[in-house]
Amino acid sequence: MIDLYLNLPVWIQATIKGLATILVIIPIAGACSLAERKVSAWIQGRPGPNRARAWGLGYIPVLGPILQRLGVFHLMADGAKFVFKEDVVPGHVNKFYYYLAPLVALVPALCTIVVVPFGAYWDTATNGMKPIILADLDIGMLAVFAIGSLSVYSLILAGWASNSKYPFLGGVRASAQLISYELSMTLSVLPVFLWVNAPGGQGTLSLFEVVQTQSLPGFLGGIWYVFLMPLSAFIFLVALFAETNRQPFDMPESEADLVGGFHTEYGEFKWSLFFVAEYAHMTIGSGVFVLLFLGGWNPLPWIPLGPLIESLPMWLGGIIGISIFLGKTFFFIFLFMWVRWTLPRFRYDQVMKLGWQKLLPMAIGNLIFYALAIAFIETR
Amino acid sequence: MSFVTVERKPLTLAERTYIPQILSGLKTTFKKMVKPNETLEYPEARPSIPEGYRGVPTLVMDPNGREKCVSCQLCEFVCPPKAIRIKPGEIAADSENAHVEKAPLEFDIDMLRCIYCGLCQEVCPEEAIWLQNVFSLSGYTREEMVNNKQKLYELGGTLPDEHFKWDKKKAAEEAGNGAH
Repeated sequence: MIDLYLNLPVWIQATIKGLATILVIIPIAGACSLAERKVSAWIQGRPGPNRARAWGLGYIPVLGPILQRLGVFHLMADGAKFVFKEDVVPGHVNKFYYYLAPLVALVPALCTIVVVPFGAYWDTATNGMKPIILADLDIGMLAVFAIGSLSVYSLILAGWASNSKYPFLGGVRASAQLISYELSMTLSVLPVFLWVNAPGGQGTLSLFEVVQTQSLPGFLGGIWYVFLMPLSAFIFLVALFAETNRQPFDMPESEADLVGGFHTEYGEFKWSLFFVAEYAHMTIGSGVFVLLFLGGWNPLPWIPLGPLIESLPMWLGGIIGISIFLGKTFFFIFLFMWVRWTLPRFRYDQVMKLGWQKLLPMAIGNLIFYALAIAFIETR
Repeated sequence: MSFVTVERKPLTLAERTYIPQILSGLKTTFKKMVKPNETLEYPEARPSIPEGYRGVPTLVMDPNGREKCVSCQLCEFVCPPKAIRIKPGEIAADSENAHVEKAPLEFDIDMLRCIYCGLCQEVCPEEAIWLQNVFSLSGYTREEMVNNKQKLYELGGTLPDEHFKWDKKKAAEEAGNGAH
């Protein structure tokens, strides 16, 4: 089986790997929409969606009722509904860009996964960890930023193509907000890469290398960067909330004052594409945060995964690595939802003030501090 | 002095970062999340009905199985939305309740008109009509929403009686104290 796979042309292998990854990401994004409803329900003291029951799975004893209580069948019902609903296009929209916007939302969201490792296994040939990743590129983090920030165009396009005032306001807010927070986000991760790319070594922006430098022996080698650079982690997390348009930075959508913001004129499948994209962004953003600051697939600080799975079969070690990584990522997705159902939305001027007057100076100060500190430590 | 000037303290640094407030908010919502649900899953779990609740009006029997209504029609006359329609009838002479003389032949309550005011229960001299704890009823046609006599007794069932008024009357009559 593995030999057959390895004998295939490279582009077919890549297609299979890519499709497999997308087939994991899209259901996760779909499940997030359900999780969102369930978490909101639990926080508000309700049971949440628990009625729908599919004719096959739902009638298995024990398992069926559990799935029903968790609302799993609502997910299928919602998905089917979105696919089969009538595709209504308002008469006043700019059709080409109107159709383009959901695609522009989804494609970058799914593309960023290419450079994000989602696990690692122990390679006996080189006696070291190897990432489970679609393409282990040296530009890793840069590619995430470059492709991920394209998604702002989808909001602007959707807002503009809708040819209606509320979506337009949503699009304008989206462009201002996303560009402001992009700056702080980029500046906040620079100290991590300064630390990873110690002078003398080969420079890299690969996310796998970031995790590798958190798996070294010694106190400073095994420390997770969230402890070493808490301010960076904090700024990155706040900017991540803003970048993924989550509460309390829900400006582009702000259903209270803008009806539905950029997606007011959207419905059915196109609307659901926006949401799959938002949740895919959230998933990948959480994943990047875990890789940068929480040691990726390492189970605990100062306890790297490598030596633990060295003696296990390769596939088992890989599964353990992926599980630990996904577990941490899911916690952050949960945090996103938890925060959403706790905090009210910031006012628009507060968002701008926070971005430009608080986070950006903080990120710059943080960068200068760590640049000096790292220079001092490395040259000593 | 009818007002107090509250001193407005400037926000502390911690407050201006929002972080302590956000954390305490997260703590609150997390506590709510692990708490049992506040809501009832309605069709399966029903709310507990307090005593004196005014639900659907029903007709009741006394513990001996005698229908208490004597078709005096007071409820029909008092009913503000005119939801009650009674056709009085006589009790057959060979019945053991013959001394009660009257019972409803037909008794309809139109639940599309009923406003659950409870005046019928209040006015009833026989304690025969009770607003009990049924609060949800539905039907596909207007006819279905009219409760006839049989339906009303089904809904009402039997309630305890404190007086057994007609038994006492019968006993008094048999002891020779019938006429006043």
